[in-house]
Amino acid sequence: MAKNILIVGGGLAGTIVANGLCRQLAPQLRSGEVVITMLGTTETHMYQPGLLYVPFGRIREHELFRDQRKVLDRRVIFHVDPAKHIDVEKNQVSTAGGRTLKYDYLVLATGSRIMPQSIPGMVEGGHWFYDLEGARKMRDALSKFEGGKIIVNANAPHKCPVAPLEITFMLYDYLKAKNLLDKSEIIYTYPIGRLHALEPVALWAKPEFDKLGIKYETFFNTESVDPGAKTITSAEGVTLPYDLLVTIPPHQGAQVIVDSDLGKGGWVPTNTKTLHRDGSTNIFVCGDTTNIPISKAGSTAHFEADVLIDNLASLLTENRMARDYDGKVFCFIETGSSTGTYVWFNYTTPPNPGPPSQMVHWFKLAYNRLYWLSAKGLL
Amino acid sequence: MQTIDARGAFCPGPLMELIAALKLSAIGDQIEILSTDKGSVADVPEWVAKVGHKMVGVTEKGDHWSIVVEKAK
Ligand SMILES: Cc1cc2nc3c(=O)[nH]c(=O)nc-3n(C[C@H](O)[C@H](O)[C@H](O)COP(=O)(O)OP(=O)(O)OC[C@H]3O[C@@H](n4cnc5c(N)ncnc54)[C@H](O)[C@@H]3O)c2cc1C
Repeated sequence: MAKNILIVGGGLAGTIVANGLCRQLAPQLRSGEVVITMLGTTETHMYQPGLLYVPFGRIREHELFRDQRKVLDRRVIFHVDPAKHIDVEKNQVSTAGGRTLKYDYLVLATGSRIMPQSIPGMVEGGHWFYDLEGARKMRDALSKFEGGKIIVNANAPHKCPVAPLEITFMLYDYLKAKNLLDKSEIIYTYPIGRLHALEPVALWAKPEFDKLGIKYETFFNTESVDPGAKTITSAEGVTLPYDLLVTIPPHQGAQVIVDSDLGKGGWVPTNTKTLHRDGSTNIFVCGDTTNIPISKAGSTAHFEADVLIDNLASLLTENRMARDYDGKVFCFIETGSSTGTYVWFNYTTPPNPGPPSQMVHWFKLAYNRLYWLSAKGLL
Repeated sequence: MQTIDARGAFCPGPLMELIAALKLSAIGDQIEILSTDKGSVADVPEWVAKVGHKMVGVTEKGDHWSIVVEKAK
């Protein structure tokens, strides 16, 4: 009997895992010993980091999308048919389209999503760039912006930990280019008592903000937005007026995780090293959907996927796990429209960002294109 | 009681994890956060006081701290 590997979610993590497994299990796929199936929600694959450039008109929308079938190794059976219920007792997943799929190994890679609706007034009063519709709306709002107070508001938890800083620096450069700086003010808010979760990044960002005259309010967790009065209020009791509110709404995991009772808020309790779902030996979790206290980022998904591929391939061919995930994360940080820096860290090595340079910015731009190779597992 | 093991977490860090977990909890729930970052011993109580939740206690456990918070609003 063939061993069935079922991957739920065709975003970055699911795609890298699927493609990597195809390479490592080529003989088993050929002989029919192994079958890899993926469930996704759409025909297209979106390059999410590209959304950052949409509000500024610096990327064409079609550059964000590829046909998922073309990104995926052709040996993977791909259904555009979202998982509706995951039954870990019966080792099966039922789908919106009425399929029931049995698995021997399950990979949960359903990612995370923004929940602006969880904060009163945020949908009506806020702008964001975390989905295409939001990014387009923000582009329109920015093109009409004639100066005033812009609040950049980050909420916990969110994916791409550096995005709040990046959007702030990019907004600054945008206002400068439009000659709107002297009529404008940027105020950055952050949930904890410094400018970024990573202390070295926070220490680096503060003098940068001070130099540019960007104001900040820390310990700010949004409780409500009043779109009529154009104010935003924190759970800590601070109310700030705005002319344009740019927010990174709080995130949750996928609804199917909640509905299948696999984790509060859609976050699946996951072993930090083996990436097993807690309590299972045949279910792995990869990418944003884990509850591991590290960055929800494409790079995290990528490094986790590499480990998962080795382990699943070893389990199938030699009945052993190959290696542990060490917590590695790597993030580019855009520090303006033409400079950037980066950080890397793992469970034991703290991050240490270098001075921003044009070269790192170019690397990030290059990566925007290389993404597709990375998803294909070629990078 | 829910425990969040944020030992060794560089990003998003113990306080961000706690904030995220409290959002999903009910009033009266207690959450324990484990942290190896000494900064958390100051950060967490400061934030908890600011926002109006309740500190239950901070205990040093060898190489890490256990910080227990109760959701109050
Ligand atoms: C604006 C922005 C900028 C970013 N910038 C960076 C960056 O510079 N660097 C970086 O490393 N990361 C960045 N990220 C984060 C990165 O995109 C994510 O962390 C990464 O995509 C996570 O991969 P994933 O596979 O876990 O989730 P995703 O890529 O989101 O994939 C999850 C997939 O699961 C699917 N799914 C959900 N529910 C179901 C279901 N029921 N059945 C089947 N499929 C389902 C979804 O449709 C989706 O396709 C950025 C994100 C955004 C939004």
